[in-house]
Amino acid sequence: MTMPSPRHDGPLLDIRDLRTQFGSGPGTVNAVQGVDLRIAPGEIVGLVGESGSGKSVLALSIMRLIQKPGRIAGGEILFDGRDVLAMSARDLGRWRGRDIGIIFQQPQGCLNPVRRIGWQVAEPLRQQERLSRKGAWDGAVALLRSVGIPAPEEKALAYPHQLSGGQAQRVMIAIALALRPRLLIADEPTTALDVTIQAQILELLRDSCRHAGTSLLLVTHDLGVVARLADRVAVMYAGRIVEDGPVATILDHPAHPYARGLLRAAPRLGQSGGERLQDIPGGIPDLSRPAAGCAFAPRCGRRASLALARCLEEMPPLDPVARDHRLRCWATPDATGDGP
Amino acid sequence: MSEAVLEEPIFRAVPRWRQLLRRLLRNPSAVAGGAVLLILILLAAFAPLIAPYDPFKISPAQRLTPPGALHWLGTDEVGRDLLSRIIYGTRYFLLICAVTASISASIGTVLGLVAGAGSSLTDGIIMRMIDILLAFPYILMVLVVVAILGPSLWTGMAAVGIAGIPGYARLVRSTVLTVKAEDYVVSVRALGASEAEILFRTVLPNVLSPLIVYLSFATPLAALLASALSFAGLGTQPPAPEWGAMLVNSRTFLFSAWWAVAAPGTALFISIFGMNILGNGLRDVLDPRS
Repeated sequence: MTMPSPRHDGPLLDIRDLRTQFGSGPGTVNAVQGVDLRIAPGEIVGLVGESGSGKSVLALSIMRLIQKPGRIAGGEILFDGRDVLAMSARDLGRWRGRDIGIIFQQPQGCLNPVRRIGWQVAEPLRQQERLSRKGAWDGAVALLRSVGIPAPEEKALAYPHQLSGGQAQRVMIAIALALRPRLLIADEPTTALDVTIQAQILELLRDSCRHAGTSLLLVTHDLGVVARLADRVAVMYAGRIVEDGPVATILDHPAHPYARGLLRAAPRLGQSGGERLQDIPGGIPDLSRPAAGCAFAPRCGRRASLALARCLEEMPPLDPVARDHRLRCWATPDATGDGP
Repeated sequence: MSEAVLEEPIFRAVPRWRQLLRRLLRNPSAVAGGAVLLILILLAAFAPLIAPYDPFKISPAQRLTPPGALHWLGTDEVGRDLLSRIIYGTRYFLLICAVTASISASIGTVLGLVAGAGSSLTDGIIMRMIDILLAFPYILMVLVVVAILGPSLWTGMAAVGIAGIPGYARLVRSTVLTVKAEDYVVSVRALGASEAEILFRTVLPNVLSPLIVYLSFATPLAALLASALSFAGLGTQPPAPEWGAMLVNSRTFLFSAWWAVAAPGTALFISIFGMNILGNGLRDVLDPRS
């Protein structure tokens, strides 16, 4: 139906120095403070970090879905070369759904409780693709079938409360992919689901995206999910990307002390029973009082052992340390080799 | 355990309205209230066929006859058959319900939608106007409207209808504000829906159930107020067989002819009680938290 816009050479999504704030004045919370991130066409990027690190705010910011009192305070978002932050409401409406989609953590809350499932899947087809009532309904049933909903003709007549969490998330995937977007953002898509369902939903996400050539930004705190799906990982801490690289590099030889801490804190298959998981001492910093130096410095064991004063005084830049691997840390090269 | 076991469909595709009707029929309060309303409607529709006498016919010889075989509910001070007047009175009661509810609900809903969905400036202007309306006691506001327009059935209904607007406006506004913050609204926005599409296709359907419940509670109250207005001589004028107006005439005979007061009073009580328990039933059925 729609012609794909001429493909621009380079990344599909290019975020530069994006900053998102909540509130104003002295209590302003800087949830995202200068994020640089690129996603290539067809790439699956995992965005990891603990709760409160700004992952979800970043996801919403990319789609300009931040509501008051939040606002995007600076930076650039380029989607296929187009400036997202400069789009009019009309352009934004056309861009959302067609070019970019999002699914959230609580699938059942994301479905309108008073509308049938089929209606909700058909709605974007009718509104955006201008399909007829019948055509959109048939399209909805086909989409429901493609995401593995059993007896889709019947299920299309159901209401959201009649679905299980796993089915609801399948429906959300069907809705998000209805218009064949080129980038899908999945914000903790399996966190609210039963463990047995999680793997199936992740597989469905990966297969759907690979099949359609859709890029995927997978926001999660679960490193297992990232290991299973992602091509590349970006680690976020206190509103900034602290390390970014290919999944194998980050998971096997993380360079940033925070990334190493995250990995040590995650249980692994094959780990001997006697080994204890280690937590990272301390808590996330107050985002309304930005520190002069590295945000992780107060919790950083390596800084303490090396007694680096610079970490507390100056923010390290996100600099390349190898091909396709960037790191925001002063206390670098000596640590890259020794694994966790 | 496979997914097929965990996600076994335990439902059959039943249309929502039929499901609702089935749940309503299982709710004793809704059934009783619905029966009262149905009887009122039938009495109003077939009043000339059901009523044994002409409700306006004066028979001085039979004035203040106690209830008996000829006049089941007795007669009033000019000998009119009370049963016939009660039966014709259902027409006034239902008319008052329909007109006052239409005025309050339509204007109140539009104001609430605009306030809840619009900018903070329009919200502020509308809600301050509503606050001003609310600052006056309900009955005082009705009296002011009637004083301006003159007492009659229609001005009484208009006054009661206008007095009911703030309640609807506040309910709709607060529901819109709640629904607007729901995840499914964000999801629809993320699919490219415009703000107008979101308001009418996503938010409005979710406002309907609380609106219906409020309607079923506010309407009998409005009818009661309209009757009170007639009782005070500011609404329906005699000799119309409106229940409130009937009460005024007969109250002087309360000790000598109790039936002339009891008949319209009981009719009002049963009708309003019936609509209230219907509202209770509707709330139980429509509220997803129940």
